[in-house]
Formats: sequence, C-alpha cells, structure tokens
Amino acid sequence: MKDTFTIGGIALKSRLFVGTGKFSSHQIMTEAIEASNAQVVTVALRRIDLDSAEENVLNFIPKNCILLPNTSGARTAEEAVRIARIARAAGCGNWIKIEVISDHKYLLPDNYETIKATEILAKEGFVVLPYMNPDLMVAKRLQEAGAAAVMPLGAPIGTNRGLKTKEMIRILIDEINLPIIVDAGIGKPSEAAEAMEMGAAAVLVNTAIATAGDPVAMARAFDLAVQAGRMAHISGPGATRLYAEASSPLTGFLE
Amino acid sequence: MEIIVNGKRERLEESMSILQYLSAKGLSPERVVVEYNYAVVKKEDLGNIILKENDQLEVLRFVGGG
Amino acid sequence: MSFYQRYADYKDFDFLGFFEDITDHDVLQVLGKEKRNEKDFLILLSPQAGKYLEAMAQKAHRLTVQHFGKVILLYTPLYLADYCVNRCAYCSFNVVNSFPRKRLSMEELEREAQAIARTELKHILILTGESRHHTPVEYIRDCVRILKKYFSSIAIEIYPLKREEYRQLVDEGVDGLTIYQEVYNEKVYDEVHISGPKKNYRYRLDAPERGCQAGMRSVNIGTLLGLDDWRREAFFMGLHAAYLQNQYLDVEIGVSLPRIRPHIGSFQPKSPVGDRDLVQIMLAVRLFLPRVGIAISTREQADLRDHLLPLGVTRMSAGVSTAVGGHTDKAAGSSQFDISDHRSVEEMKVMLKKKGYQPIFKDWDRI
Repeated sequence: MKDTFTIGGIALKSRLFVGTGKFSSHQIMTEAIEASNAQVVTVALRRIDLDSAEENVLNFIPKNCILLPNTSGARTAEEAVRIARIARAAGCGNWIKIEVISDHKYLLPDNYETIKATEILAKEGFVVLPYMNPDLMVAKRLQEAGAAAVMPLGAPIGTNRGLKTKEMIRILIDEINLPIIVDAGIGKPSEAAEAMEMGAAAVLVNTAIATAGDPVAMARAFDLAVQAGRMAHISGPGATRLYAEASSPLTGFLE
Repeated sequence: MEIIVNGKRERLEESMSILQYLSAKGLSPERVVVEYNYAVVKKEDLGNIILKENDQLEVLRFVGGG
Repeated sequence: MSFYQRYADYKDFDFLGFFEDITDHDVLQVLGKEKRNEKDFLILLSPQAGKYLEAMAQKAHRLTVQHFGKVILLYTPLYLADYCVNRCAYCSFNVVNSFPRKRLSMEELEREAQAIARTELKHILILTGESRHHTPVEYIRDCVRILKKYFSSIAIEIYPLKREEYRQLVDEGVDGLTIYQEVYNEKVYDEVHISGPKKNYRYRLDAPERGCQAGMRSVNIGTLLGLDDWRREAFFMGLHAAYLQNQYLDVEIGVSLPRIRPHIGSFQPKSPVGDRDLVQIMLAVRLFLPRVGIAISTREQADLRDHLLPLGVTRMSAGVSTAVGGHTDKAAGSSQFDISDHRSVEEMKVMLKKKGYQPIFKDWDRI
C-alpha cells in the first residue's frame, strides 16, 4: 500500500516543509530548497521598503513548490485574517499558515486567536494550517473549525532545542485525525527523524537549515532524516524486551 | 494632496493612479501586493484607481519566513 | 455517528482466520508496545496470547497501579423493583418466570438506604427491570431524591432511556449510568431477547452514548460473557469502550465482565467462559485501554475475585443482595442471579487492606 500524504486535496511527495527566512542570501536559499526536495515552502508578507530596491523572494523559489504564506506579524485573529486574504489575492494560492504571536520574548503562538482565525478562514475556503502550542483541546477546536492539518511547536521558534513538547505532540498524533506537522524548534536531522518515527505527518524546518554552516548539505540531511523517520514509523518498531522483574506470579492461581 | 503609504504620510504633487505611483517609485506591479483602503487591489485595476486625499496604501511584498 | 458503524465494520470479520495467523512474535510485539490499537487488542484476545497470561498480567498490574493507584472503590447494588416486561432467555426477572414481583415503596427504600449507609458505603447503584408502568422515570427520580440524603454518588442500571430522560435524572443527582449490551452479536441478541422492548438492539446500543450526551459523569458498559463467542464479544465491548472514550473525553468509561450464572429458568451459556478466559479478557482490556475502569461482580467466587484484584480491577461491590429489599429483609424476593461472594463491606475492607489496597468509600460528591 502506498504511503500517501494529502493536504488540501494535493498529494505531497515530501514530508519536509522548509521555511525561507534567515538565509544569508537568496541564492543559498534556492540551492538549499532544491537540496531538501521540499515541496512546500513558507513565505511571509511584509511592507516593501519604498526607498530601496529589493529582490522578490518568489523569484528564488523553485517553480514546482507550493507556497505556504504565513501570517507572521499578526497579533490577533483579525490581523491574521487580513494577511491571509492579501496573500490569496496576490495570487499565492489558498494555503495559509496561521501564525498569531503577540509574545515577543519567546514567540509562542496565541492558541485562542489562532482558533478564531481558523474558523473564519476555513469558511472562506482557505486550506488552513494553524501553528499552535500543543494542547489537545485546542487541537480539537481547530479540527472542528476546519483546519487541514495541525502544526504544534516542538520548542519555541529559533531555539533549535528539539522536541521539548514530545509527549503533547504524541497525544495529538494519537487523538487528532488530521496530519500533525511539527513546526518550530527542530534543530537537528535526528530530531526531525524522531518526530517522524512518532507518527508526525511532516515537519517544518527553517532556522536549523538557514543558519547551518553549510545550509545546502544540512537541507539534504534533513530530507534523508525525514524519509528515514517515516520509513521507520510505517515498518513498525520491533518488540522491546519485557521488564525482567522478579515479582511474584499473578496468574499462578489458574494452574 | 496627502496620502498614507505603509503608515507614513506622503505628499503627492499631482493626481495619479496607483499604477503611476508605483512606477514613480520604481516598483513593478508584478513584485508587489497592494492594499488600498483595506482592500486588496487586483493587478488589472491598479491603473484604474486614482488616488485621493487621505487614501491609505499598503504596499507589500513576499519575503523569506518560517 | 453511532457505535453501530464501528460494530458494522467488524461484524463479518473473519475472526477465526485472523486468529489462525497470529504467531508468538505478534503477541510479544504487542506486549512490548506502549500504546495498543484495536488490532493489538484482538491479538491479545487470541488463543495464542493465552500462553502469555503471566507476562500480560505483570504489565496490566503495573499499568493499573500507575493509572489508578492501589485503591479500590466499594459500592453496592440496590434493587428498586423486579417488574419486567421483557422476555430474556438468560435472566431471572424474565416476564414469564413466575414469582411475586416487588417494588420498593419510598419508606422501604429509605430503610434499605439506611441499612446500606450504616455499612459506610457512599456509592450506590440502583437497578430495576424494564417496566415503564411500574417503575417509570418519575418513580426513579423520586427514589433518587431520597437516596441523595444517604449517598454521595448514585448510578443507575435500568432500562434504556431517551436522552432527555437521562438529563432529567442527571439534574436530579444521578452521576453514573451502567448499561450492558448483553451481547453485541446482532443475531444472537435477537435470539436471546425473545420479546419486549429490549429486543430493540440499536436503541440499547446507543444508550451509553445518550447518557454521555446527557451529562453522566461515568458510564459503564459490558457484555454478558457466555452468550456468544467470548473473544468476539470482548472485542466488541472493548471497541465500544474505546469509542465512548474517544467521543466523550470528559466521561469516565468503565467496563464490567459479568459471566452468566445459574438462575431460575436454567439458561445454558452457548460459549462458557472459564477462569483463564476471564483473566485473559481482563488483561487484554487493561492493556488496550489503560484508563478504563474495570469491575468484577459478586457473581464470581470470593477467592477468584481476590486473585483478580491485582490484574486490573478498579471497583468492587460489597455486601451485595440482588433481591429487591434484600439489604433489610433477609427473606426478600427472588434474586436476579445467584451471588457467590457474600462478603460484607467490613470483610471486603479487611481483605483489601491485607492485600495492600486502600478501600475507598467516597470518590465523588454533588455540590
């Protein structure tokens, strides 16, 4: 049986999503995206600097990639909705990653505003991928609101600390019947593999690739790690040894 | 007249369309997204909208992000 | 959405074929997992898994202690009435069984309640047969009003109600619902429920769900082991519990594992369940659903109940009579089934403490 992964009606070949921020140059970003084999790439929307000529990042993203604009900068649901509508009107497709952050110390998402934005945008026909702080009840509300996936953070953005929220992510994977895409905090390919082994549908990596010594090689490493982790998950782990405990038999009475 | 662009007040010497405004700034419509008084403007309409006093423009572009 | 959809997914499943293919390796792999799915559950119910009861027991014991602690909640059933319009092949209260039927008056109920309250118990389970004429919802509500004075938690095990009726009882003070499907196999269900409203399989199947929707804090289900192939029945019961747990995260789900016992009318179980089988069912359920409550009734011998204690039990009945008025009147009416464990509450307390368990009398209160 084929291992398929569908979001918003599109069958995706790669379970590694890549972010485009923090790269030292657009050139390196392009090479890294190509090396990663990623199919989904995130971008943000910002005011143009009217006093200087800037390059258009869209020109540097391989043509076959699916653009996933995020609503970064939004502090409320209302702002996120506005950014989403702008992105769609700009011809960016109808995928949107909802990122509502009003905490500038840790960059942690506001789960409640995220739910509100998801409700509105899902009704307007967007393919909504909300970025959230893993919480089962919030994930259930996002699912009810029509999200196409749920993106729990592994650790705060940019910290590269790995799956600090592992247990909570595991619960989401077990209980929520939507793709769970671990986003933020993944610092090493092994951590991406770990998320995939647990059963995550995909991972989103930005900082770890963009700020690596050799972003292109690191992108390749992440691609391999995500594939390995997924393969391990679907082939099923081997039987782990039972506890060898010297306690009295509990079923001796049946003899 | 004065309009507000990306949050800053700007003086315009003569009346012009949004498209003309962008050209004057050296911006090509392909590279930017324009929000005019809180509504996104389709590229075809950029030449049709004439700016008036106190109009609000947001001129945006896509950038790298996570 | 109803559990029936899940049942329908499996009702024509080739259980025998599946069991034939299970290897020792499959069982060991399932045992080694941290979280088990329904396929794993079925593997644990297989004949092959029967060779690994001790390993299953060690794990089940640890899981139970981890999730519930070394505590057992004590409660007792109180039969309000034995009038019944159904004709069920396996039950003493069967409409064609002739014996003087009884219904407690409010005074008699109060005396029963006082007798039970004197034993320290605070959790009570009230039962009736099915008769909307003799024991309508209003009667049950009146009983609850009295029982509220003596018990901090009241559960009902009566005929299936509409959601609004469950809601009425919840508003009056009921917090628990117990209702057994008796047998999940639709065909066998139809055979053993010869006549009466209980013949309606779907209505009964959906009752636990209506209870959850009506605000019951705890809902208990079960299958009467022996009516049909026990591996299949235990499987469907486990699936039902899992379904309710997933749909209603805020409700405590529990299961009971009643085995058919002798009664007036001499119904012989089609698929007798031995002690080993009962143990396997309990262990498989515990390993599949670590947070589900498990009760073993006084249908079982005292000895066996004590041995089952560390294998996953979370609640036990004590000081039981299954006759109407049986707590006050020793020569009370006919029993629904014969009890094998006649121990009093005091005796159960002593046994539990000896085995290293704390008996709990009160785990809930209405405010």
